[in-house]
Amino acid sequence: MNPRVEVVAVDCLMVRLFDEIAEANMPWMLAASERLRAVFAERLIDLVPSYTTLMVHYDLLALSPIQARELIGEALNNLSPDARTAGQCHVLPVWYDPSVGPELALLSRRSGLTVEQVIRCHSEREYQVFALGFAPGFAFMGLVDEQLAAPRLDTPRKRVAAGSVGIAERQTAAYPVVSPGGWNLIGRTPARLFDRERDGYSLMQPGDTVRFAAVDRAEFIALGGDDTPMEAQA
Amino acid sequence: MSRLLIEASTPLCLLQDAGRFGVRHLGVTQGGAADWLSMSWANWMLGNTLDAAVVEITLGGFTVLAEEDCVLSLAGADLGARIDGQPVASWRFFSLRKGQVLSLTQPVLGARAYLAAPGGFDAPAVLGSRATVVREELGGLDGQGRALVRGEHLSYGGAATPRPMPQARIPDFQQQAPLDLILGAQNGAFSGRSLFDAFNTAWTLDSRADRMGIRLLGTPLEYQGLAMISEGIPLGAVQVPPDGQPIVLLNDRQTIGGYPRLGALTPLALARLAQCLPGTQVRLMPVVQEVAHRQQVECLRKLSER
Repeated sequence: MNPRVEVVAVDCLMVRLFDEIAEANMPWMLAASERLRAVFAERLIDLVPSYTTLMVHYDLLALSPIQARELIGEALNNLSPDARTAGQCHVLPVWYDPSVGPELALLSRRSGLTVEQVIRCHSEREYQVFALGFAPGFAFMGLVDEQLAAPRLDTPRKRVAAGSVGIAERQTAAYPVVSPGGWNLIGRTPARLFDRERDGYSLMQPGDTVRFAAVDRAEFIALGGDDTPMEAQA
Repeated sequence: MSRLLIEASTPLCLLQDAGRFGVRHLGVTQGGAADWLSMSWANWMLGNTLDAAVVEITLGGFTVLAEEDCVLSLAGADLGARIDGQPVASWRFFSLRKGQVLSLTQPVLGARAYLAAPGGFDAPAVLGSRATVVREELGGLDGQGRALVRGEHLSYGGAATPRPMPQARIPDFQQQAPLDLILGAQNGAFSGRSLFDAFNTAWTLDSRADRMGIRLLGTPLEYQGLAMISEGIPLGAVQVPPDGQPIVLLNDRQTIGGYPRLGALTPLALARLAQCLPGTQVRLMPVVQEVAHRQQVECLRKLSER
């Protein structure tokens, strides 16, 4: 790892740690985040992690660009991946059903797997949360089995139901709230992904791991899920 | 506590403050007043903290009735403001007596006006801010991210210590000076021709413009680098999607994105851009981060002078 620091705005610097998406990046990303937060302390306005980068938004009244660069250098000096910073593990119940996951059939056709095999393939893996973005609490997770990888829809839906679980390329995610979206939908979770009353607000944080557990309709409803079919909401 | 009754509003009339910070790693957008400078001066004129909650009125269509005597201030665009039909200039504080009506109708000069009240308008802080983000259902009067609507009340409880706006500090919205763009991000991966065109041709503001971003139309810019992995996007980032037409990303942008960027506009350039209507022609000027930093610190020092 050879971090580079790039100018991105008057009060933001991009710390580029890696050039490719990999699960092995995560312990380094978490260690770097922790060190940057500690070194910048109250001079940090926001730290925006993504797959391979950390964007540092600092208080420009407290730091000049040169001072901010020096702090980044200090934070990344002798960095080592820290196993203790491993995130939480979440289990998200999912009702996999064509009525709430209209692309189940498409993924089955593309992969040559039966719908049951598609469901098993998606739910037997443990995924890593690479980044949050797009919407509050929307976690980009991966990597899904290559057999299930599928491009985004040519025409994004105007309205994807809250809780919808989808796949785009080798990533999977669940929509926290109703929003437009182009991912291939395969099911729906009743989990509350973003809650302003919760400590930390978002159920999932970068570095967490996630497993999806298949539940039937009755259990999905019992857990508070809304089974309104996808088509009826379009 | 004093109250204003909203008699007319539009989906573009929003409660705003300086924005939401410390939660962007959760995918929560920054939000806040698009023209942060006018918001700051509106608050300054009443002796408020500069980030107190104000009403951002874009393009007009906003009317309030005073339910008690009050002192308010207006900064930013001239949207044809009137009190009981009598014109009232922007960039000043004024008294509104009980029963009087303040209305902002349509753009005369600029696009966004900021209405401030003593101590700031009351609203619950949601994730640390009152900024309204409709898409994320955060902020605003009830905290659910809704635009202001007719029939609602704006209340505030502070005491005004009004002071006149220093004339020399009133921004000139007719100014033709180029918008400063801090070079950075992927600027090195654009073709030499495109780097020349970016800073030597005129750009026209598209009508596809909102609080997420403003599209610029002109000579298409050619990115020659590799496909990008999504990364954090700062305020003012100038991103170039495959059609080559840049988009300046504003307060309600998504937190991460994967289009290459030339860099980012300076905060002062953003404040001016936020006051430009579709069809306006602008030019871009490259600046380095250190120069932009000094300029911004100086501007903020002037705002903090009492």
